[in-house]
Amino acid sequence: MQGGRRSRAFWPLAAFFGLFVAFLYGPTVTIVILSFQGPEGGLTFPMRGFSTRWFANLFETQMVGDFGGSFLRSLILGAIVTVITVVVSFMAGLAFRRRFPGSTALFYLAVASLIVPSVLISLGIGLMFRLIGVDPAWWSSGLGAHLTWTLPFGLLIMFAVFNRFSPAYEEAARDLGASPWQTIRHVVVPILLPSLIGVGLFGFTLSYDEFARSLYTAGTFNTLPLEIYGMTTNVTTPVLYALGTVTTAVSFVVIGLAIGGVVLLQRRRGRG
Amino acid sequence: MKGRVAALALASPLALILLAFLLVPIGTIVVVSFFDYDSVRMFPAFVWTNYEELLLSPITWKTYLQTLWFAAVTWAICLAIGFTVAYFLAFHVHSALMQTVLFLICTIPFWTSNVIRMISWIPFLGRNGILNSALLSMGAIDRPLEFLLFSDFAVVLAYVHLYALFMVVPIFNSMVRIDRSLVEAARDAGASEWQVLRNVIIPLARPGIAIGSILVVAVVMGDFVTVRLMSGGQSASVGLMMVNAMSLLQYPAAAANAVVLLVVVLLMIAAMLRVVDIRKEL
Repeated sequence: MQGGRRSRAFWPLAAFFGLFVAFLYGPTVTIVILSFQGPEGGLTFPMRGFSTRWFANLFETQMVGDFGGSFLRSLILGAIVTVITVVVSFMAGLAFRRRFPGSTALFYLAVASLIVPSVLISLGIGLMFRLIGVDPAWWSSGLGAHLTWTLPFGLLIMFAVFNRFSPAYEEAARDLGASPWQTIRHVVVPILLPSLIGVGLFGFTLSYDEFARSLYTAGTFNTLPLEIYGMTTNVTTPVLYALGTVTTAVSFVVIGLAIGGVVLLQRRRGRG
Repeated sequence: MKGRVAALALASPLALILLAFLLVPIGTIVVVSFFDYDSVRMFPAFVWTNYEELLLSPITWKTYLQTLWFAAVTWAICLAIGFTVAYFLAFHVHSALMQTVLFLICTIPFWTSNVIRMISWIPFLGRNGILNSALLSMGAIDRPLEFLLFSDFAVVLAYVHLYALFMVVPIFNSMVRIDRSLVEAARDAGASEWQVLRNVIIPLARPGIAIGSILVVAVVMGDFVTVRLMSGGQSASVGLMMVNAMSLLQYPAAAANAVVLLVVVLLMIAAMLRVVDIRKEL
């Protein structure tokens, strides 16, 4: 199919695709470059020299609020969300392979969770905590708010995965005398591991970057996106870009680890 | 029987979390929207004044119209871009590896911070930004364009930048599942490339288009961050209106607005769902 059979539409479409990718990445690349702006430089080009002082500035607490603390909180919260998202979506994915009482209602609830505007969920959880007299905190109300965003994604991925998963493997395991738990532990989980990593990636990155759902649920201590948002109104130096570079780098590391993990698993499997 | 009990048990953590952090909070919003309030606190009550004040204010209507306008423009642009990109990936990239790689390239920005992606437009669009400098040096304009940053233009640009992917993924997903022999059959029957697109691919990609549309519209209708950051306070949205009410401690007013917004969004989605049964598409 490759080579000679390319239609006339190929090159215009490819050019469009190239422009789209440039549109997606261009701005991010720009702020990465500008985050190395010299000490005299401003928020736009030209570059006045080259320095890493804006990165150093990030870690001086009095300069830009509580970067270190909010960064740490976001990482911990992201990790907790990842674990819960993977486990709960996997369990629900197993459950949804058959009809059970309330399965349709639960499915629509999950879809609703995805399309109800984030700010509404944030507001609702914030009000709920206020009414029951508990102070919101990032590890309680914040965690719940993030899960309403990550779990539906996890569930939809699990649906797609189980649709392509042949029950023959499980039947074989059962015929060989494996208990249900052994079947899941030694057959289903290893086969689905790449997809579970994918679910984890969604869980972490969506939580780590979530702003609207954290707004009224994070409590006294900010998560990183809240801190960044605060900075946008009062910081007018490239330190803002340095922060952008650091958070984007963290996202890329996580994405890279996840994709790398999946590729490694598949390679090993190809050999085995 | 045993299987059903097991399934219930396996689904219960998901059900409990969604109950506690989705259903109950929305119920709370509905309850609070009937509360009364003064400048310092709110009291339990059953009054319609929050809704009256909201719906009788011309500002509310203006804001809703503006938000709908943002949603409509963003939807149209995202659809055009998303469809073209998905069509290219699904029908013009033939190697499966290349398809995966290009698809991942499109997806990766989705996993990075939205706020940062908005900020990253500043050096492009600012008064002394890249675009203005380029246009000036080309002689296309003789003074910097002011409308680029902090304007409705910037808001829509940011929406498209952030959410075009919500269109690409479901449409691509629908397209890769189209049976290639249908396309071949149409070609053999003498259909031009355009006719294949118009009469085979677009109808079969409809579920993906509907899902993408729902995601884009829902997310724009509820947005306030993008509008605040990218319009520089010059534009309004329903979400922003709610957030402003919250910061004035007018919780019941914000709640009433939230209920109205929820109803509007759900009606829009119900209308779009008439086109497609999403459960069948998964």
